[in-house]
Amino acid sequence: MEDVIIGLEIHVQLNRLQSKMFCGCSTAYHNSPPNSHTCPVCLGLPGSLPVINKKAVEYGIKVGLALSCKIEEETLFYRKNYYYPDLPKGFQISQYDYPLATQGHIMILGDDDKERNIRINRAHMEEDPGRLVHAGTIDKAKYTMVDYNRCGMPLLEVVTEPDLSSPKEARAFLDKLKSILEYLDVFDGSQEGSMRVDANISLKGGDRSEVKNISGFKGVEKALSYEITRQRNLARRNIKVVQETRHFDELRKITVSIRSKVGAHDYRYYPEADLTVMRIASWVPAIKATLPELPDAKRERFVKQYGLADDHAKSLTSEIRVANFYEAVAAKAAPKLAAVWIADVLKGELNYRDLSIESFSEKHMTEIVQMLEKAKITENGAVQIIRELLDKKEGSPQEIVQSKGLGKAEDDAVQKAVKEAVAESAAAVADYKAGSERALNFIVGLVMKKTRGKASAGEVHRLVKEEVEKA
Amino acid sequence: MLSELKAKLLAESCEEYLCRLFERIEKSSLNAFTTLAKESALKEARQFDKNPDQGLLAGVPIAIKECISTRGIETNCSSKILRGYIPPYDAHVIERLKAEGAIIMGKTNMDEFAMGTSTETSCFGPTKNPWDHTCVPGGSSGGSAAVVAGGEAPCSLGSDTGGSVRCPASFCGIVGLKPTYGLISRFGLVAYANSLEQIGPLTHTVEDTALLMEVISGHDKRDSTSAKGERRSYLPGLGEGISGLKIGIPKEYFGEGVNKDVEKAVWDGIHTLESQGASWQEISLPHTRYALAAYYVIAMSEASSNLARFDGLRYGSRMGEDKDWHTTFSAIRAQGFGPEVKRRIMLGTYALSAGYYGRYYLKALKVRTLIKEDFLRAFKEVDLLASPTMPIPAFKIGERINDPLSLYMADVFTVPINLAGVPAISVPCGFAGHLPIGLQLIGPHFGEAAVLRAAQAFEAATPFHEAKPEVI
Repeated sequence: MEDVIIGLEIHVQLNRLQSKMFCGCSTAYHNSPPNSHTCPVCLGLPGSLPVINKKAVEYGIKVGLALSCKIEEETLFYRKNYYYPDLPKGFQISQYDYPLATQGHIMILGDDDKERNIRINRAHMEEDPGRLVHAGTIDKAKYTMVDYNRCGMPLLEVVTEPDLSSPKEARAFLDKLKSILEYLDVFDGSQEGSMRVDANISLKGGDRSEVKNISGFKGVEKALSYEITRQRNLARRNIKVVQETRHFDELRKITVSIRSKVGAHDYRYYPEADLTVMRIASWVPAIKATLPELPDAKRERFVKQYGLADDHAKSLTSEIRVANFYEAVAAKAAPKLAAVWIADVLKGELNYRDLSIESFSEKHMTEIVQMLEKAKITENGAVQIIRELLDKKEGSPQEIVQSKGLGKAEDDAVQKAVKEAVAESAAAVADYKAGSERALNFIVGLVMKKTRGKASAGEVHRLVKEEVEKA
Repeated sequence: MLSELKAKLLAESCEEYLCRLFERIEKSSLNAFTTLAKESALKEARQFDKNPDQGLLAGVPIAIKECISTRGIETNCSSKILRGYIPPYDAHVIERLKAEGAIIMGKTNMDEFAMGTSTETSCFGPTKNPWDHTCVPGGSSGGSAAVVAGGEAPCSLGSDTGGSVRCPASFCGIVGLKPTYGLISRFGLVAYANSLEQIGPLTHTVEDTALLMEVISGHDKRDSTSAKGERRSYLPGLGEGISGLKIGIPKEYFGEGVNKDVEKAVWDGIHTLESQGASWQEISLPHTRYALAAYYVIAMSEASSNLARFDGLRYGSRMGEDKDWHTTFSAIRAQGFGPEVKRRIMLGTYALSAGYYGRYYLKALKVRTLIKEDFLRAFKEVDLLASPTMPIPAFKIGERINDPLSLYMADVFTVPINLAGVPAISVPCGFAGHLPIGLQLIGPHFGEAAVLRAAQAFEAATPFHEAKPEVI
């Protein structure tokens, strides 16, 4: 979409940390009673003072480095002043001048199927506010409850330049960012509300609107699509888009205006004197040394090391857990075959069931690939085993092969039949060697007949080809 | 005084002593205590009598300013908006006091959120000066100074943002110390202007102040601005004398605007120090005239942010009817804050606003740096500085309350010290008529030991700390 300009601000909870940003409260507040993970500091009680969680800053620097950012020599915290019931101090401790990291970038696959470089303006640390629970929708609620468990969670805000040009690209960017964060082991995307997005969007020549606090990647795509349509409709009717902040209503799938530019906040940023300036330049080398292999590098390595097709390598490396799963299997079974079965089959079956890779055991997958490799089961049989394991959550591939009778003709029998068939088909072999690929089909048919159809056609084709080429 | 009191408590009964204090307080017309922790204090006193412990302040009762958090005892900063707020935790200094056996008597009156020089902006009404009930005790720690001067408590803690310990010490004729920024943890001190303030002791003698400093100073990891390093000791150096000490007299702190009696008493004090072996020379702190403006811009800006949390939602007073969030909290703040607090919040909000930040706040920070450099330069030449604490003795209740500017002007010799972050003490040095006058001794960063030693030498050579108010 050539005329669409999108920039994102992504709030990432560094939820792999044990304690909050400025106090010792645990970050594991999910499924806890409201306001049970709080202390005088994160509740902002009079007289309480913040203390920086050094590990959170290290995590922030780690992300900055992974996004190819420049890490500042010194960094400090500011107060962002505004009134809201989820903000118990009446200000949020955030960063302003001298943020942790600036000027980075992420590569994504653009709408034109080409790699595109999306620039990162900055990444800075801040504390998460509490959570408001409205009785009903935000504009009609009779009352609102506040849960401060989330208050003080370490947040990293990543701000892009307006380099994205469609909701799909925005989604691709978020997928890639999430992938990198999980590689770094600083973020667990499975927790609700762990990544929230503010999107700035405009059509070329028009003013921009900001859609705040969208949770979920699908939500971002929907909110942006709605905004583009809304702004196009206004343009069509010659109505100017006004600069304003909008809220995405997830139930109604529309955006609604919250405040115009006139009502915009003046946050009165000023340095937080309760905290001291951090000289972080000296931290960088040690943190750099801990950076793991990131998705793009892993993808390249998979292509080189395992001889995978690029799309398989990409699919396997988009999630660190899948990549690790694959490598565990590939260490013990044919790597290419494992790639096909994990990327094309297992991931699809998991998606269909809304399950993650943890739902399947590496050991089982290894056994399945090994059986395929040795042609002990057919491709159909392998799919059945995977489904059975996912749905029944019990048994082993071996047991399923036996109980369902999925065992293919014995290897020896197939090998023997192949050898016989090739020996019996001198003419077809000659044809094949003369260039006729189709000549092999005759021999394959012969083998199938000899094994009474128990062998898998694909596997037989492979074996026949091998045998013919030897001959 | 406290060492004699400790001996007396051991020999006699802590409970009886405390009961006498509470009787006196209940009959008192000073309006200096706001909350009494009678029950818990007497319980601890009985415990002490049964089983005296060995802490540095074992059995010693102490009064605490309203803005220092005390677990289980209301802490309201003398503001209507915080009425009913009972902290679930103790400030660092309270933990330290309790660990050394001190007994918390209760909380003392102050200017609302420490914003004032007279303790008149309190929601509990003004505290009276024990030397003259028609006069203010100074502020903002007026209650903490009045209880000590008036014999209602042997010692107390106050807080000093721009002179709030030293001013009432001066007006009430007692000793008050503002320590180096970072020497005492602010954890639990309800913030007014957090880059400026420190908790400080108010006592009858310099030795008592040194004793309290032994207890409350030291690193606390919960306050990121708390100074690291070894704990310093203040008692052993006392009494070593001041022979050879070089004292600087900042010329900007004398002359126009300074009451004649005050000026004379302070010069007499300087000559007393000279007679004890010190020498003096005039020096200059050239940026002094910008200090007040810079101080008020910084203090009000920080206050506007620090006081944003008081919305009645989680603690404190919830006044009026519940409507939508904005209307409700605005109404609570409108009713809960007094006029001086509102004035400072509004001015501070303005100073931090987009377009004005550079002109006011940033500029004030630059001035602050210049003022700090003034002091650093001076301390290359001299060991300590001496000046009046306040340009005037205590004024009449009601005399200045409707003239904020003249009240702000009274802080002219105390605020530069907070801007620079250096320590300063006020010790009694004479009288203007029947009203006490304070001598201010200023030291370099973490120079408390030298400040205390000089103050003690002065005290040993003068009778002023022994004077007690007759009007009770």
